[in-house]
Amino acid sequence: MAIINRGFRRKREVGAPPDRVPPGQYVTADFPVLSAGPTPRIGWDEWRFTITDKKGTGKSWSWAEFRDMSSEQVTVDIHCVTKWSKLDTVWEGVSVDTLLTYIDDPGTHLLVRSYGGYTTNLPTNDVTGGKAWVAFGYDGEAISPEHGGPARLLVPHLYFWKSAKWVNGFDFSDHDRRGFWESYGYHEYGDPWLEQRYSGD
Amino acid sequence: MARAAIQRRLNWSIGEVVEFVDESPRVRSLVITSPGWVGHLPGQHIDIRLTAEDGYQAQRSYSIATPEEDDLLTITVELIEDGEVSPYLIEALQVGDQIEIRGPIGGYFVWHEALGGPVQLIGGGSGVVPLMAMLRARVRTGSDVPFRFLSSARSHEDLLFQNELNGIVSRDGVIVTHTLTRSHPEGWSGPARRVDKAMLEEYAWPPDHRPLAYVCGPTGFVESVATSLVEIGHEPDRIRTERFGPSGR
Repeated sequence: MAIINRGFRRKREVGAPPDRVPPGQYVTADFPVLSAGPTPRIGWDEWRFTITDKKGTGKSWSWAEFRDMSSEQVTVDIHCVTKWSKLDTVWEGVSVDTLLTYIDDPGTHLLVRSYGGYTTNLPTNDVTGGKAWVAFGYDGEAISPEHGGPARLLVPHLYFWKSAKWVNGFDFSDHDRRGFWESYGYHEYGDPWLEQRYSGD
Repeated sequence: MARAAIQRRLNWSIGEVVEFVDESPRVRSLVITSPGWVGHLPGQHIDIRLTAEDGYQAQRSYSIATPEEDDLLTITVELIEDGEVSPYLIEALQVGDQIEIRGPIGGYFVWHEALGGPVQLIGGGSGVVPLMAMLRARVRTGSDVPFRFLSSARSHEDLLFQNELNGIVSRDGVIVTHTLTRSHPEGWSGPARRVDKAMLEEYAWPPDHRPLAYVCGPTGFVESVATSLVEIGHEPDRIRTERFGPSGR
């Protein structure tokens, strides 16, 4: 049912191998900022990160304690639902697998919480097995506040709204609860390769 | 808000351009009719998909500039010189041409009367477009929610919707302030600088009125204005933001 727009043509080369750019996306060298409200300014001295398992039992870290854990450097492509993709972004963070060694049973689902009230939901399987990090470094520097610092979630295989900025906790359970954008018509899961932008895609 | 939260599938549908309105040398409105349009809330946007003869497709998001009105919706598009989609929409598309659209999208950066007020709108450049949908909705429904609108543009010729805003101001008591950041005509009596804390304190609702604030524009503008609002005492959870980046191409 697609119509042809006469005279419309591609203006730029993609500049990337097609197998790295999901459908409907274009590659940008910039790092656009998107958020629903003002940027929270969280000092390292007040920052805390808390995870709770499905029984509600938890573990909490100060910034110093968090940075004492082993971290990894990863180079990944990121894909925003607003259609930009950015390739080969370099992050440093603590693998969610490492965080999960501190709790017993995470259950099937995760609700991610952030300073400022933002939330997003993911299946536990999508943050385990080397697929997700709580990142504190970007491109060799501390993550700036507008990009989610002190720390943000990094789940590069899903649209980037799942990679919550200003993250301060994980609530695991056996129930899937919608997060912020998921409640406003964005897709529950958000696989860029299946172009799951909005509810029902 | 309940309506915006309804989960349903957004299918691509056909929109037909019925009219163009030139808003400034670089900005043009497209009035689109889309039979069966489900309606939208002021502040929501649509995705547009263009398809080339060789099958290449490009999608972009555009804010809707008008409140719900049957099958009609207007988008107001700024020309991005090296862009791929905006030059086509502004320079190549003709009345009667069809484009694919889907939406409405987004449910947080919206205003409807049940959300109350007072309302503070702050827009930079073409960031005034979704704010205009909110103000037009207020006027159309005869709402008495108090509105203030602070609009920032580079120069006088870049100011969008001037005549309409002037009409609204005299008729409905909405307070509109324009600031010009790069150049201004001789005798310009309004502010002539970027939006800063002093300007917000002079022209925006004071924090103790607890306005619901909507800030839209380029990233640097939104970042600066939202931070300033918080610093002069506005509650962060009463400030909603929408940013135009290169993703607006």
